[in-house]
Amino acid sequence: MKMAIKDLFGRPLTVVNVGLEGFAGAVRDQGVAVVDLDWKPPAAGVRPLYRTASGLDVEEANQEVLRRIKAARPVLVGMGIAKDVIPGMHEHMILHSGPPVTWERMCGPQRGAVMGALIYEGLAQDGREAEVLARSGEIEFAPCHHHHCVGPMAGVVSPRMPVFIIENKAFGNHAYCTQNEGLGKVLRYGAMGEEVYERLRWMETELYPILDRALACIPDGIDLKAMIAQALHMGDECHNRNRAGTSLFLRAIGPALARTNRDNEALARVIEFIDRNDHFFLNLSMPAGKAAVEPAEGVPGSSIVTVMARNGTDFGIRLASMPDRWFTAPAGKVEGLYFPSFSERDANPDIGDSTITETAGYGGFAMAAAPAITQFVGGSPSMAVETTLEMYEITASEHEGFTIPVLNFRGTPLGIDVRKVRQTGILPKINTGIAHREPGVGMVGAGILRAPEACFIQAFQALAAL
Amino acid sequence: MNVQTLIKTSEYHDSVKLMLVARELSRLAGVRDAAVVMGTEANKSLLEQSGLLSTQAQAATPNDLVLVVSAQDQEVAKAALKTAEALLAKRAEPASGGLDFRPRTLRSAVKAQPEANVAVISVAGRFAADEARHALLEGLHVLLFSDNVSLEDEISLKRTAHEKGLLLMGPGAGTAILNGVALGFANRLPRGPVGVVSAAGTGLQEVTTLLARQGVGISQGIGTGGRDLREDVGGIMMLDGLKALQEDPETRVILLVSKPPAASVTTRILEQASTSKKPTVVCFLGGLVPTAPGILPARTLLEAALLAASALAEETGKVQEILDRQKDELKTRSQPLVEAMTGGRTRLRGLFSGGTLAYEAQVIWRDLLAEPVFSNAPLDPVHQMSDSTRSQGHTIVDLGEEEFTVGRPHPMIDQDLRTRRILQEAQDSEVAVLVLDLVLGYGAHPDPAGELSEAIRKAREAGMAVVASVTGTEEDPQVLSRQTRILRDAGVEVCESNAAAAQLAGLIVARLEQVGAARGR
Repeated sequence: MKMAIKDLFGRPLTVVNVGLEGFAGAVRDQGVAVVDLDWKPPAAGVRPLYRTASGLDVEEANQEVLRRIKAARPVLVGMGIAKDVIPGMHEHMILHSGPPVTWERMCGPQRGAVMGALIYEGLAQDGREAEVLARSGEIEFAPCHHHHCVGPMAGVVSPRMPVFIIENKAFGNHAYCTQNEGLGKVLRYGAMGEEVYERLRWMETELYPILDRALACIPDGIDLKAMIAQALHMGDECHNRNRAGTSLFLRAIGPALARTNRDNEALARVIEFIDRNDHFFLNLSMPAGKAAVEPAEGVPGSSIVTVMARNGTDFGIRLASMPDRWFTAPAGKVEGLYFPSFSERDANPDIGDSTITETAGYGGFAMAAAPAITQFVGGSPSMAVETTLEMYEITASEHEGFTIPVLNFRGTPLGIDVRKVRQTGILPKINTGIAHREPGVGMVGAGILRAPEACFIQAFQALAAL
Repeated sequence: MNVQTLIKTSEYHDSVKLMLVARELSRLAGVRDAAVVMGTEANKSLLEQSGLLSTQAQAATPNDLVLVVSAQDQEVAKAALKTAEALLAKRAEPASGGLDFRPRTLRSAVKAQPEANVAVISVAGRFAADEARHALLEGLHVLLFSDNVSLEDEISLKRTAHEKGLLLMGPGAGTAILNGVALGFANRLPRGPVGVVSAAGTGLQEVTTLLARQGVGISQGIGTGGRDLREDVGGIMMLDGLKALQEDPETRVILLVSKPPAASVTTRILEQASTSKKPTVVCFLGGLVPTAPGILPARTLLEAALLAASALAEETGKVQEILDRQKDELKTRSQPLVEAMTGGRTRLRGLFSGGTLAYEAQVIWRDLLAEPVFSNAPLDPVHQMSDSTRSQGHTIVDLGEEEFTVGRPHPMIDQDLRTRRILQEAQDSEVAVLVLDLVLGYGAHPDPAGELSEAIRKAREAGMAVVASVTGTEEDPQVLSRQTRILRDAGVEVCESNAAAAQLAGLIVARLEQVGAARGR
């Protein structure tokens, strides 16, 4: 609709000030609402990119990518054993988080998790044997992301492990993720030892069958999109705070658990295990994000990030327009809070596929929904809100399905646009757990960091050249 | 009765919001009943009781959002569902979370503050055009304060603004008054019936404050930037501003200010001005205004303000009378000043911060003085100063010109440069009269008179007269009467307008020129 200048007359003024702060102050003194931009010149040498070298319309491509992500409907439809259900998985394959990495370059906690998984699988008797096997070349390593999977922290998926199966009902694609082990001395943080293997065996032999039977009697599955939306309204951001999501999950599966189980003691153990693990829902919110974003891969010319993942050595991203190409840089150092007796010196660099949540429009990008998260990763509740507001600067859209009460139900920042990252110099903010740098120890803290700029510089250049 | 159902799969909203949407729907004309609920069993049985449980609604799951409307006919029901979708998508209030968060880009500022309607842009020139373009795309009116925006950018921005029905004031527009709010360098003014469009920033400040001092308020004050009335820009914003004021019921008299425009632009503006019954005062400073029906031509900013005020009372005939009387008073006032002058001083020196005010002074002196006035911004290029830092003969320096402001604040903000220049002139034994303009208001120095008074005393002690005007109002942060008192205490002849100050100084110097010429003979 065409406006007219006279339509402005007689209407309350609301001013956006771009530049001299004094002008904003003067307008404010007159009792008029002002938004004073924290204006900074665009990064030197970064030109606006509307079309790629071959003439692909970036904006148009992004609209298609966003349409697909928003239309996604991830539903937990069942469970299975990794080697039976994950495409391409076999008896001598181990999946890991982040971009591709060789055993030689693998960080401590990821090595620990690989060795632990080999012992759990019965392929090695102890750490020494496991290391020899891992080094031998007989084990094929592959990123989870190459197999429709995501894994938190070390992200290790071994053939025998049970996995959740998520179906994106809008597109029919599937994503997979293991069951969450809890915090502390756990495989995904690189911990080794009988306690770790015993828990994994129990998860395989008792937790999995009970959950699997229950899910089988929920014909439509469990709608994870709706559950994430509700959890965001209950103080989760569905990456490092999953307390509400875990409770909602337990509530949703509860009746089916009761109906399909005859051993009350076993059922009680399952409920207790989930109840004591506030992160249980993470291994559902992550594959929900993966299932939602994957159909957007392969849209030519798009500048939107569809994968953002770390293996503790490298940080890698992929764009919707180049789904087979990783843009990597060394994984960053996490500013964090540490458990007693641990410090920064013990910390491994940033690790895990859990940044799929930020990629899909929640996680750290929805921190404003989860002020209590700051008890886990540090910072203040207002920082949590500011993080979300800042992430709107580098995202292409807002997710109407996921809203933030404290921002008057504004949609979460969705679709990291590599162009905006370059233009504003604002890098995606990530909150994360911290693993010990040595194999076998486990979690030592949690904190916050930014994605490395180098990945976005390379991705932007590659996009321009398309 | 017609019942329409819409199911939105896996869409979650909190129940309060859903109730609010349902309430809005049931208030729509023709709607009998409406329900917006999640598809739980409990909700479905409620729908059944209200006769709203369609087969579609029956099939909904607890994760689905169910919208059902019962209305007089299908059209109304379907329209109501559309409204519901819009309401669900809408956020009521600004989404800033109540924090002191400062967005980085215009786009997110508008997202955070959807009510935003004006952008004030003052970033460095090379970035300013891009920001202005973004602002227009977001549907904002723009005050583009920044200089050094290319002519091509100005033309394309103004064309875009024109197509969108938006204001693009600038580049280099220092001042605007919109709905009574002062933007950029502007004064605190009463609201009233005079609407102004000005291609000259301090010109806009001068006419509006002169009107305010006569008790006449401003409806809107629109700045266009100095290049708007060039042939290639075509006066796009002055024409759009003029049309808007013609259609604005609050505006009863229109006042246009500019340096003389290109001939074709003059024709277009006068044609547009003639289409309205509203009296239109036109001040093309330093040029002639062709006569046209409904046009009141003014030679100075002072005359323009007087004409606008008198047009309200339909007494425009008296303006010449007022101006003549004022001139006589100034003549009388000049006599003792001429007599007090010793040592054969004959030179006039103007040290100005407002470009338009310096221009107006030159227009007045052109008629009063025998000898030319040199300037770094002269009326006639032949009177260009060879070096802006050294006065020659009669001189007026616009200290706001680029050669003085690169890497330094504008003299309206910082008086340091002017203080030093006053002390420099004080050393010159030929100088008879020093003329100053003080501009008050938002953005300007908090106490220009206080800052200058020490240097002014030195100039007085050296034997020269100092004449000044203060552009401002009593409501300005610096307070007009306080600034005037400080100047008077320092021995300054303070005049009621810039035109009067120029006239008083011109009368003194003209008389001294005559005495000097007689002595020379």
